Amino acid sequence: MTEPLATIEETVDRDREIMTINIGPHHPATHGVLRLVVDLEGEMVREVRPVIGYVHTGIEKSCEDKSYWKVIPFVERMDYVSYFFQMEAFCGAVERLIDLEIPPRAKYLRTLFLELNRIHSHLVWLGTTALDLGAISMLWYCFRERDKILDLFEMATGQRMHTRYFQVGGVIEDIPLGFEAKCRAFAEEMPIRVGQYEALLDRNEVFLSRTKGTGIVSRERLLELGVTGPLLRAAGEPWDLRKAFDYLAYPEMDFKIPVGTVGDNYDRYRVRVAEMVESARIVGQCLDALPEGPFIADDRKYVLPPRSELSTSMESLIHHFKLVTEGYRVAPGEVYYSIEHPRGELGCFVLADGSAKPARVHFRDPSFVGLQAFRDMAVGGYVADMIASLGMLDPILGGVDR
Amino acid sequence: MPDAPGLELIRGEIERDCPAAVLATSFDRAQAALIVDPARVLDVLRWLKQQPGQRYDFLSSLHAADYLPAEPRFAVHYELINRDRVERVRVKAMLADPGSEELPEIDSCVELFPTADAQEREVYDFFGIVFRGHPNLTRILMPDDYVGWPQRRDFPVGGEPVTFTYSEQRYD
Repeated sequence: MTEPLATIEETVDRDREIMTINIGPHHPATHGVLRLVVDLEGEMVREVRPVIGYVHTGIEKSCEDKSYWKVIPFVERMDYVSYFFQMEAFCGAVERLIDLEIPPRAKYLRTLFLELNRIHSHLVWLGTTALDLGAISMLWYCFRERDKILDLFEMATGQRMHTRYFQVGGVIEDIPLGFEAKCRAFAEEMPIRVGQYEALLDRNEVFLSRTKGTGIVSRERLLELGVTGPLLRAAGEPWDLRKAFDYLAYPEMDFKIPVGTVGDNYDRYRVRVAEMVESARIVGQCLDALPEGPFIADDRKYVLPPRSELSTSMESLIHHFKLVTEGYRVAPGEVYYSIEHPRGELGCFVLADGSAKPARVHFRDPSFVGLQAFRDMAVGGYVADMIASLGMLDPILGGVDR
Repeated sequence: MPDAPGLELIRGEIERDCPAAVLATSFDRAQAALIVDPARVLDVLRWLKQQPGQRYDFLSSLHAADYLPAEPRFAVHYELINRDRVERVRVKAMLADPGSEELPEIDSCVELFPTADAQEREVYDFFGIVFRGHPNLTRILMPDDYVGWPQRRDFPVGGEPVTFTYSEQRYD
């Protein structure tokens, strides 16, 4: 029995032994159905290959078989924590295709809900990522505030998630009585809560040593890889589509773009936490400056008539019937419309062929593109830092796979 | 966005350095697009990225579309951003369907824009457009053994029978 053992000893190089392990697709640390094939040398990551596609549901293809207004609830389900953003990207693209101007109140309401959703998305990220790093109580605190946002969504839209609130031309309903006060109270409370999170994490020795100096990717490399959003801003590039391009009510808002310096996991944490405070400020400003007037455009060729008109106006009944059965037709053309999603640039490409259904709906999802930076973050570091980096990268696999 | 005259200026400058690479321009719904010869797409992208004074050096999205029944049928879209001037321009390469089992081909731009890696794989996965020179052109979202190009317009929606346990026989 001793002889075979001796031969193994001779053939194996003890200085450099690579072990390939598989993490996921069902692993809590991968934040979704992501599979990582990792080559480890001891504790060091030498190579990592993310394998995706486990929750591919063909949403883009299914959209080709739906009339334009029925696509909205479909695309919401891609990135399931930032549903308002997908709605805005799609509705905005269709509005540009049919050249429909949305009323000022709708612009402000959309901005308000997008920023609430941004806080919501960052809260889910902060809670789950801190959980990965051992700060379990953060999850409960973050989900407490997240629940308040969901309450606000429920109050205005009737749904906590996947609300179908944005419509082509505006929003489906005005905000209800009492929403403004509740939302304002939340916007005032949120910066205090963020201060409490920081008090829990910023002087936490474990959290600091796990995040500082880990997962560094340079600004130039991130730009090459097409990564935008908080990851790019953490590396020191102040690129934010809300400032760069003019859409919704953002030109009238006063907010700052937080940027980091080194581009490590700590900077990513700081940037996102600071963004939550800025988003709460935008929510407050939207409420202060909320214009009076209609909440949806008045073009009956594209927008459903008010329910109350159906029993008195034949024209409204015809429009309602046409819109609900066939939907509206869109003249041939193509539009790429992009907005600042909590994870970077969310682009929506819609190709219209003249029928009542889009010929192609494509989403440029920031998680999908951002996941390419994961190899740069993880290779050369410890396997534990890889998990921290994945949390800080914050991919939503529903958005990656679509 | 460059406006319509700005787009023509860009086209004129490209014409000087890469003659006949740009076939047409389009300015529709405030979006500027250069329609390029698919064989010269890398020349145009490199020019837009590296030409001093242009610097469209950020590829924000690469995606494809199927214009069936139009001919040429496929298009690969490159959405470029100039971050200094905050302008977008779309480069569009139209590809004809070579017919039968053959796949349309175009040069890969991974060398110029590493971000295109996953996005070119996605286009290959769904449209069957081959990117010459891509380091690892395999399926990315669909299973490796999948047959067919599901985002093509002639691929039916619902063409995939859902097989549950014990229900396989019914579809045979």
